[in-house]
Amino acid sequence: MSILSEWSLTAEEWTAIELSLRVASVATLASLPFGLFVAYLLARGRFWGKTLLNGLVHLPLILPPVVTGYVLLILFGRRGPIGAFLDQAFGIVLSFRWTGAALACAVMGFPLMVRSIRLSIEAVDARLEEAAATLGASPPIIFLTVTLPLMLPGVIAGMILAFAKAMGEFGATITFVSNIPGETQTLSAAIYTFTQVPGGDAGALRLALIAVALSMAALLASEWLARLVAGKVRA
Amino acid sequence: MTLSVEIRHRQGDFALDLAFASEGGVTALFGPSGSGKTSVLRIVGGLVRPERGRIVFDGAVLIDTAGGIDVAAHRRRFGYVFQEPRLFPHLSVRQNLDYGRWLCRRAERRGDAARILDMLGIGHLLDRRPGNLSGGEKQRVSIGRALMSSPRMLLMDEPLSALDEARKAEILPHLERLRDELDLPILYVSHSVAEVARLADRVVVMGNGRVDGIGSPGEMLGALPETVTRDAGSVLAGTVCRIDRDSELATIALSAVSLVVPRGHLVEGQRVRVHIPARDVLVATERPNGISALNILQGQVAALSPREAGAVDVAIRCGADIVHARITELSVRRLGLLPGLAVHAIVKTVALDR
Repeated sequence: MSILSEWSLTAEEWTAIELSLRVASVATLASLPFGLFVAYLLARGRFWGKTLLNGLVHLPLILPPVVTGYVLLILFGRRGPIGAFLDQAFGIVLSFRWTGAALACAVMGFPLMVRSIRLSIEAVDARLEEAAATLGASPPIIFLTVTLPLMLPGVIAGMILAFAKAMGEFGATITFVSNIPGETQTLSAAIYTFTQVPGGDAGALRLALIAVALSMAALLASEWLARLVAGKVRA
Repeated sequence: MTLSVEIRHRQGDFALDLAFASEGGVTALFGPSGSGKTSVLRIVGGLVRPERGRIVFDGAVLIDTAGGIDVAAHRRRFGYVFQEPRLFPHLSVRQNLDYGRWLCRRAERRGDAARILDMLGIGHLLDRRPGNLSGGEKQRVSIGRALMSSPRMLLMDEPLSALDEARKAEILPHLERLRDELDLPILYVSHSVAEVARLADRVVVMGNGRVDGIGSPGEMLGALPETVTRDAGSVLAGTVCRIDRDSELATIALSAVSLVVPRGHLVEGQRVRVHIPARDVLVATERPNGISALNILQGQVAALSPREAGAVDVAIRCGADIVHARITELSVRRLGLLPGLAVHAIVKTVALDR
């Protein structure tokens, strides 16, 4: 076996990488509207049960990922209350599918996203929103033209964090949707699988290096993006 | 245009309880810090909801807590100029100015954009970012932004108080042009006698959440106690009748006498108001000779009102104008001042620096 073949990726490994990117992207984008909504509620809302909501959002950060995955399995499994409803009403099945992996990643990344967005909303000068109102802007217009642009750096940071979390997610995903090659076997799960079989060292190392490269690229891209947006917002 | 305001509102320990009306022109809400001026403006602008109150603008009810009416701030179409400029940092100056115009229905748009830019002298700033403007420029852009939204009325909350003297002097002439050239009622909050004297047509004096008096600037500012302001004095209206370019002086004709003031930005024929701080006025029973002061105004003592700490406010009638002088009780006795006595009010020209 030549060194080259040792270092080239198999089709299965490519699938795992592609799947990881897809799962992380979908998880990040799909949770963004909810993240914005909950962050806005926590930053600006005054309602009964705010502390409870805050705790609920942060739960996945503190709970063992296996517990989160198990809760998802109970709720969103085929016979779970939400899973059964989604299956019957829309024909959506999440358990043991890549979409379920995206859900698990979204839930795990949600506290990070909400935290970042919430801080950015709190940093927006409410006096500017007041000024916009006196210029004739209704609350939705104020949000779109003043609040959202000013909190954009925080939103982007929150998305990057959620994406990074999703790329590295393992415990909740494997508990909820298992480790099915080609369907739910993400990069992390594939590395784990390699470490469990004899002679899998080379494969694990290859994928680990890919993971390092992807993380590095994501980090640099986020830095660049954040600087670009911050420059636009200030000065 | 009429704006009628009735408010009863509590904010912690502070209570507002007042009513006033404004009939167009510039109405100043004047009073010391903490008298509730800004709260009144915020309520009129719709930024704060009063506990009880009724505000009617030109027959349209903006808020009536008893009748359950509350028109939201963005529907009132009142331009608001805050103490600090509050420009949107993510937009250029041009986009800031266009913000309100863009939100205003085409049929309701009025005012000529080019004229507003010219009046405020901000035409050259359009492509800049708010972050690179000076304090005075920012506030001018903020005034422009409010005007461009085609407001039915302009609410101004001490728009000059955050600026230094030089910046104030830079903006005040623009505000005077605005008042004279646009047919736009203005509610102007200030604690500066000089600003109110120059700009206001009508003054609502406030103290401790209540209205202490309503009247013309001349009536209201002349009689103020020192506890309200050290700048209390007379406000006289006149016309610039002569500009002397060699000596940099302007002559303003009042009803019977004339005043010589520094020329500043004045132009011949301009209607102006002059504020004469009462503590800068000397009183003489004979016409003095060999004195540097250029303004020696002949008149009669109209009234003597004792003030705090051994001071007396002497009201001197010069034709239809009243000049207030603040002197000591001792001087009043030594000069034998009595109502009806012919006297001279002496004012240094440099004390009238606008």
